[in-house]
Amino acid sequence: MPTETWVVFSRQMRQQIRNPVWLFFGITQPLLFLLLFGPLLEKVLGGSGRSYAILVPGLLLQLTIFSGGFAGFGIIQELREGVVERQRVTPARRLSLLMGRSLADVVTIAVQSVLLIVVAIPFGLHAELLGVLLALLLVMLLSLGLTSASYAMGLILKDEDSFAPFTQGITLPVMLLSGVLLPIDLGPAWLRHLSSVIPLKHTLDALRALFRGDYGDGDIVTGTAFTVAVAVLLTWWGSRQFQKSSA
Amino acid sequence: MSTITARGLTKTFRTKTGVVEAVKAIDLDVAAGEIVGLLGPNGAGKTTTLRMLTTVLAPTAGTATVAGADLLSDSREVRRRIGYVAQIGSAPSPGTRLAEELVAQARLQGMTKSAAAARLEVLLPKLDLGAITGRALSELSGGQRRRFDIALGLMHEPQIVFLDEPTTGLDPQSRANLWDHIRSLRDELGVTVVITTHYLDEADVLADRLLVMDHGVIVANDTSEALKARVSGDVITVELGADAARAESAIRTAVDVRSLTVEGNRVHVTVERGDIAVAPLLRAIDANGFALASINVARPTLDDVFLDLTGRSLREEDVA
Repeated sequence: MPTETWVVFSRQMRQQIRNPVWLFFGITQPLLFLLLFGPLLEKVLGGSGRSYAILVPGLLLQLTIFSGGFAGFGIIQELREGVVERQRVTPARRLSLLMGRSLADVVTIAVQSVLLIVVAIPFGLHAELLGVLLALLLVMLLSLGLTSASYAMGLILKDEDSFAPFTQGITLPVMLLSGVLLPIDLGPAWLRHLSSVIPLKHTLDALRALFRGDYGDGDIVTGTAFTVAVAVLLTWWGSRQFQKSSA
Repeated sequence: MSTITARGLTKTFRTKTGVVEAVKAIDLDVAAGEIVGLLGPNGAGKTTTLRMLTTVLAPTAGTATVAGADLLSDSREVRRRIGYVAQIGSAPSPGTRLAEELVAQARLQGMTKSAAAARLEVLLPKLDLGAITGRALSELSGGQRRRFDIALGLMHEPQIVFLDEPTTGLDPQSRANLWDHIRSLRDELGVTVVITTHYLDEADVLADRLLVMDHGVIVANDTSEALKARVSGDVITVELGADAARAESAIRTAVDVRSLTVEGNRVHVTVERGDIAVAPLLRAIDANGFALASINVARPTLDDVFLDLTGRSLREEDVA
């Protein structure tokens, strides 16, 4: 199984490396927010170090949700090409076929995240190195779950015309309710209550605490627990669907 | 010895308009080393049958043994032993290269890197792909793409290869070329070949035996020659130097005539086997002193066969 996963993983990676446009597909939006929205936030919240430590973790989550959520686009193309079917007619385990793909996206998202953080430094991002590394780990874990579920959705919906609105319909409210641009705590009570049922809001709280280097903050424990739960649940569901839709 | 045995294989699909019986309890046997053609119009159930036998689709009912392994209880072993070349897909994504893809496919089949590389050396020259191992898949011509698809299905040296409409969309020259390759799979590599097609000439030229499918049922199972002989007989047209009506009784005594029509100097004689009837017919015309102007034997085509079996012409379906 490790070999099968590696074969699928390296096949995906080769394709992505040869089409670096995919590297920028997910990152343009967060970069634009960083460049064009970051300076505004600086004025509102005061103190550039503080505002970027709030904004950048939000943009990381946005990047993860967007890149992870839309990973399934790729498998719709692969379905049409016949790649999925020919891989299914091998004795390779279905889980390897899924994990190879998801792990390749996890790596891509990690690279995009590092890029985003590096670009944010000259703007005045001050963050703890250890915290940033732990935050990256959380992001990667979440990516694994999101991409698994997204691939499964791609196999279920089978065409871009239904996949795009479906994914958009889920990712946008999740992103807004997690408070990716501004902490949701600034909002009215009903919004705060609503957002607390969104597990990724807790992920974001943890990411922000990690960026601050506030390792004693309870948000880190809660956020990590929620992230692990979401990742495990989505990965489990994704691989089950992947298995089911391929006899 | 038969390498595929299927009994009562059935597939029903639930669609918005109700339940569709795509394949209705078919029985099927394929001997090792055979090239068997599944012939039928679109929607006849050919592809569904193929997809069941290759483990891609789970049958609704029925049992099958494929390459010595049970289709239902041991599908992984079936996958190990068969190659499957699906209908041509959409244009390949950029960033995929011929040899890399073949090696990746072989490794998913459980081959080691070095075994896969060794297999490439053998396989690619046979399929005329040896010179383009590094080419991007998106830059392959139609014929190259199909030969690459076939190579994908053959990397792990399967005992049986299933080809789903392998030449659809190719120009006549590439089709003829691909037929040669498919024949050599059997002749040189000893692979059993199951091929679906809706091209009559392809089925005629390539397959040792044909299974004609229509509406999810196998309506005929024989060699192309036998099917043609069984269904409609051959027409011999004899043109004489004088009024042909006088030759009728001589012709009727010489051969076993199914039907006979006289048209001026010409006689149209329908017989079971034109190739056998033509010699006694000629002798009779000679012995009775008629001057022969011309003689023509027309064999029925598979289209006539299909028309006779199903009441529809395959060609019309092609046009539609």
